[in-house]
Amino acid sequence: MAMNEEDTWSLGGHRFHSRFILGSGKYSLQLIEAAVKDAGAEIVTLAVRRANTKKKENILDYIPSGTTLLPNTSGARSAEEAVRIARLARELGCGDFIKIEIMRDSKYLLPDNQETIRATEQLAKEGFVVLPYMYPDLNVARDLVQAGAAAVMPLAAPIGSNKGLATKEFIQILIDEIDLPIIVDAGIGKPSEACAAMEMGAAAIMANTALATAGNLPMMAAAFRDAIRAGRNAYLAGLGRVLTRGASASDPLTGFLRD
Amino acid sequence: MVKINGAKQDADGCTVAKWLAEAGYDSRAVAVEYNDVILPKEDYGSTVLRNGDVVEIVCFMGGGCGCRKDG
Amino acid sequence: MNEETKENHFFVDSEKLSEKALAKKHQLETDPSCRRDPMEYFPEMEQISSDVRDKVVAQMGSYDYTRYTAADVRRALNHETCGVEDFKALLSPAAEPFLEEMAQRARRETGRHFGNTVYLFTPLYIANYCENYCVYCGFNCYNDIQRLQLNAEQIEHEMKVIADSGMEEILILTGESKTKSSVEYIGDACRMARKYFKNVGLEIYPVNTEEYRYLHECGADYVTVFQETYDLQKYETLHLMGHKRVWPYRFEAQERALMGGMRGVGFSALLGLSDFRRDALATALHIWYLQRKYPQAEFSLSCPRLRPIINNEKINPLDVGEKQLCQILCAYRIFLPYAGITVSSRESAAFRNGIARICATKISAGVSTGIGDHEEKYTGREEEETGDAQFEICDTRSFRKMYEDMSSEGLQPVLNDYLYV
Repeated sequence: MAMNEEDTWSLGGHRFHSRFILGSGKYSLQLIEAAVKDAGAEIVTLAVRRANTKKKENILDYIPSGTTLLPNTSGARSAEEAVRIARLARELGCGDFIKIEIMRDSKYLLPDNQETIRATEQLAKEGFVVLPYMYPDLNVARDLVQAGAAAVMPLAAPIGSNKGLATKEFIQILIDEIDLPIIVDAGIGKPSEACAAMEMGAAAIMANTALATAGNLPMMAAAFRDAIRAGRNAYLAGLGRVLTRGASASDPLTGFLRD
Repeated sequence: MVKINGAKQDADGCTVAKWLAEAGYDSRAVAVEYNDVILPKEDYGSTVLRNGDVVEIVCFMGGGCGCRKDG
Repeated sequence: MNEETKENHFFVDSEKLSEKALAKKHQLETDPSCRRDPMEYFPEMEQISSDVRDKVVAQMGSYDYTRYTAADVRRALNHETCGVEDFKALLSPAAEPFLEEMAQRARRETGRHFGNTVYLFTPLYIANYCENYCVYCGFNCYNDIQRLQLNAEQIEHEMKVIADSGMEEILILTGESKTKSSVEYIGDACRMARKYFKNVGLEIYPVNTEEYRYLHECGADYVTVFQETYDLQKYETLHLMGHKRVWPYRFEAQERALMGGMRGVGFSALLGLSDFRRDALATALHIWYLQRKYPQAEFSLSCPRLRPIINNEKINPLDVGEKQLCQILCAYRIFLPYAGITVSSRESAAFRNGIARICATKISAGVSTGIGDHEEKYTGREEEETGDAQFEICDTRSFRKMYEDMSSEGLQPVLNDYLYV
């Protein structure tokens, strides 16, 4: 599918064409390069973990050069822990991007919005390009804007659930009301759902589990790529008429006008 | 004894650079937190580990959204 | 349209003006170089840092309403939420054939946000002294009218008369003279108003944040400032003298009021002064951008058209007919479903009845734009001395009559639903 070269978006002064942010978890390093290529992704997320000497492989060797790395703070349970992980990530020397993930619940892995606001404020002050993962709440999103976030990443459904746009109405509100890019994150299970989120006006889609659990990972990466482009094009083209059933006839309201 | 990534190691008197090399780490691919403070790479050679020090060595791993702690 | 109605002729010379005053008036009218720079603040005017003005000006500058087609309007009406581009289409001439459909949509939006209610209020003019020369306004400093400022006793008397009619919300207005009607004078009127009314709004000259804070402490909670026109070049030719000439200070009044703790702010362009579509766009975007910055605030819009004034019967709203006004109001409602819309007594009773069924949420009743004549109006008893009016009103219905008429239109008149905290 054709990609509109003119249609770009930016984060922290970097300009991107692709609107697909790819997670690199839950699948083998050998598949990462193919996944990134077939997804057409320009941003890949990474986790920061204790180094293990036995594992000689460095994930960075598998990620095509020119890809923007987006470390996350997964594992953090408080703003302080997230800040600590973010600083370590920056020390690893791959730029200032950080995706904040703070979970105090290990069963559903739902983000802690209050802690996320605090971490965003601190890290933005330290010069990070902060992308907070959050439960879609308009007031929190506004606080994140105030705190200096570069984008807002609302969840579509519980992480890893592949349940699709469960929070659709609330994400639409964020898209309508927040001036930052809205990146729909977590829970997107199918390309059609990614497409629907893009039609709504999302700036980008982040997915991981949907690919990692697919029968053919690179093929699914390509399917997401095409779906995201289709949704984006539909958004830009302007959605047309939706016929509603049983349109109500009523008395004219404008009969009183004189001229 | 020095606590490195949660395990006690007999590394007293050794520099961070030397310990990393001997343990088989690629110092370019890791970040080091030394007693809760990030240690700049240029200080690896001059920082001598002492009894009671706590060291964390981290690197990037595959991760998407909400991956469990073990990646 | 014939030649006569294409432009308004505003300049009227009073025989009572001295030769010197007349000379100055004529110089202001004919020699732009003798007029102040409308972008230059007076020293006592607070300058806030805000990007809202630049955003509105940029949008207005790039708005070419001839570019929109019926297809754009159709698409806009089909969108569940109306974006800025959709709003631009709805304001365009291409939307005129869709007026009935826009009205149906507007009524649905009004119902979703306000139910079936219409709020009633009355304005109380307490002084008509004015230091500005705004060429279209009856209060302008060169216009030969009876000037008056009510004292505390007279204000209280007027308030009693209005409150006795059952009204619970009041809007206090003055001409724009800070020397005649000081912030303290207005504050005292607010304190008194709190005794008689549950809800007090102000429509006075723009002031600084701390002055808004003071007036809020005195009991006012809503501030309305009309920008008149968002077209700076046009504004400059209409507001020739006085503090009102400073265009950006006026633009930022609502934001200062919110910073000063006011709960709600009102906006308006005076339709007929300039290109009404671009002024309508700017008015709505002024709200839209401020709402994003101050999401806790309440917002309302008015939609006055030019009216004749004392000593100039010919002033008229030019190309803004009732259909155009209705289109603007429907577009406002669809784009800003949460905003209150007030329809002025400048419009006819038939128009106000009709528009209340579509999108208006607030209607004034028992209106006098003169000074100190509520008693006369409410009881028919003549007062000893009254001040002249700002403009001619069209809908002269009393509060009781309005209450009955709104009820018979199927609407629920509401006097108040407000909590002062």
